[in-house]
Amino acid sequence: MTTDNADALMNAVAAGAHMLDLTLDPAWLPSVRANLEVSLRLGKLVDEFPLPDDHEPASHFKA
Amino acid sequence: MAITQLTATEIAGAVASGRLSASTVIADALARIGERNPALNAFTDVTAERAISRAETVDAAIASKKPVGPLAGVPFAVKNLFDIQGLPTRAGSKINRELAPATRDAVLIERLEAAGAILVGALNMGEYAYDFTGENVHDGPSRNPHDLTRMTGGSSGGSGGAVAGDLVPLSLGSDTNGSIRVPASFCGVFGLKPTYGRLPRTGSFPFVFSLDHLGPLARSPRDLALCYDAMQGFDAGDGACVERPAEPVTQQLSKGLSGLRVGVAGGYFRKGLSSEGAEAVARVAKALGPHRELELPEVARARAAAYVISTTEGGSLHLDRLRKRPQDFDPATRDRLIAGAMVPAPLVDKAQKFRRWYRARMLELFQSVDAIIAPATPCVAPKLGEQTLTLDGVAMPLRANVGVYTQPISFIGLPVVAVPVPLSPLPIGVQIIAAPWREDVVLRLAQHLAETGIAAAPRPPSR
Repeated sequence: MTTDNADALMNAVAAGAHMLDLTLDPAWLPSVRANLEVSLRLGKLVDEFPLPDDHEPASHFKA
Repeated sequence: MAITQLTATEIAGAVASGRLSASTVIADALARIGERNPALNAFTDVTAERAISRAETVDAAIASKKPVGPLAGVPFAVKNLFDIQGLPTRAGSKINRELAPATRDAVLIERLEAAGAILVGALNMGEYAYDFTGENVHDGPSRNPHDLTRMTGGSSGGSGGAVAGDLVPLSLGSDTNGSIRVPASFCGVFGLKPTYGRLPRTGSFPFVFSLDHLGPLARSPRDLALCYDAMQGFDAGDGACVERPAEPVTQQLSKGLSGLRVGVAGGYFRKGLSSEGAEAVARVAKALGPHRELELPEVARARAAAYVISTTEGGSLHLDRLRKRPQDFDPATRDRLIAGAMVPAPLVDKAQKFRRWYRARMLELFQSVDAIIAPATPCVAPKLGEQTLTLDGVAMPLRANVGVYTQPISFIGLPVVAVPVPLSPLPIGVQIIAAPWREDVVLRLAQHLAETGIAAAPRPPSR
């Protein structure tokens, strides 16, 4: 990860904490950032997989 | 043989026929727990009074010729995320142990006790089940009975350690991404993760509703089957539980391999596998006869999608606790949950869409085979406290990677038995996987492997 990307991710953690009303100890930030980085890397793998627009999620609700 | 070394099937037979009293069985189990638990740290609560009272009830029923169930007098224990009446359901956490005591047992406990089994306590686990190690900062680590310096695996660490250490013949655990199969592999016992939606989760503390399963660990496939049959059936308290008639499997175990087509998972499942893991898969594959190697579709992506769904649902579940009491979490769990809460929503939606695609492709694969063999863990039980796992010469974070072979399977809820292959000095597990609702297939194959000695729960060193 480049310094720019690392900074961007750290900024995203700060913004996420603000939006979710979470108070993060500065000492936790590197670990939270590292975990988010893994999740986003794996999420990218999912994101890249092409699926048709009408493909239903597995979580659909039955009334 | 000591009573505590008998299987659940043997105990139930002896109690039902009057050769052993339930009270004697429970007294022995409680003594064994008292003797060995200080070293193993498998139990967090021992329900001795309740168990003794329950044993007396079973003995009275037998004395008066009343019917007793198929698990009469069998001691069992449950991961401490199951509700036990009178105890707070701690789910491995510091925070939840301050909750009010549960007012009712979990449905699966009720069903096992209705079948004559006797609850003797609650078992250690990784915090909030977000764990593959069996370590717990609040209660101390579960310790592997085969080597006390090693992990049990998790998150159902106490469930694996208690059975492998002969404290109980039967335990219940939960499995979201591998939390029954990983401790079964590291501790050298049999573990069943049934089809998603088969067993009700009512009265258990969740981790990831989309992926959570409950199931048993035992020293034999027959014990798994007996326990599974006693627990089947719909319960409206779990929205994912399917209204499907029970399909008992115990009577089908002796059908053997006849007519079953077996495939061995290649590609992804060969990468990062230790020599012990490869040896275990080879032994199982050879014992199951002619087979072909299969390439499962997009497995790495399936694992990634399971990871995304787990971390985000977990983050959402604990969001309020993360706001109010972050200092009371295990730091490793806390930081993963916080990060999970920050994953963009479209990735979760895409993961759920991919899940349906992957399920369809896997069901196509099951047109040509009845079961798939795959490793359960990359390696044998690591040392307690280890942070990295070396796969194919590359060091990787241990906590995130122990479940690389289990996650793509539970992702679509397939039934699996993890069978222990008794390598020396440490056992390792192999997954036997079938199409949804075919627990009969995985248990038949496990039974064949047990009968031929390929799979067995090795005894830990005597103390």
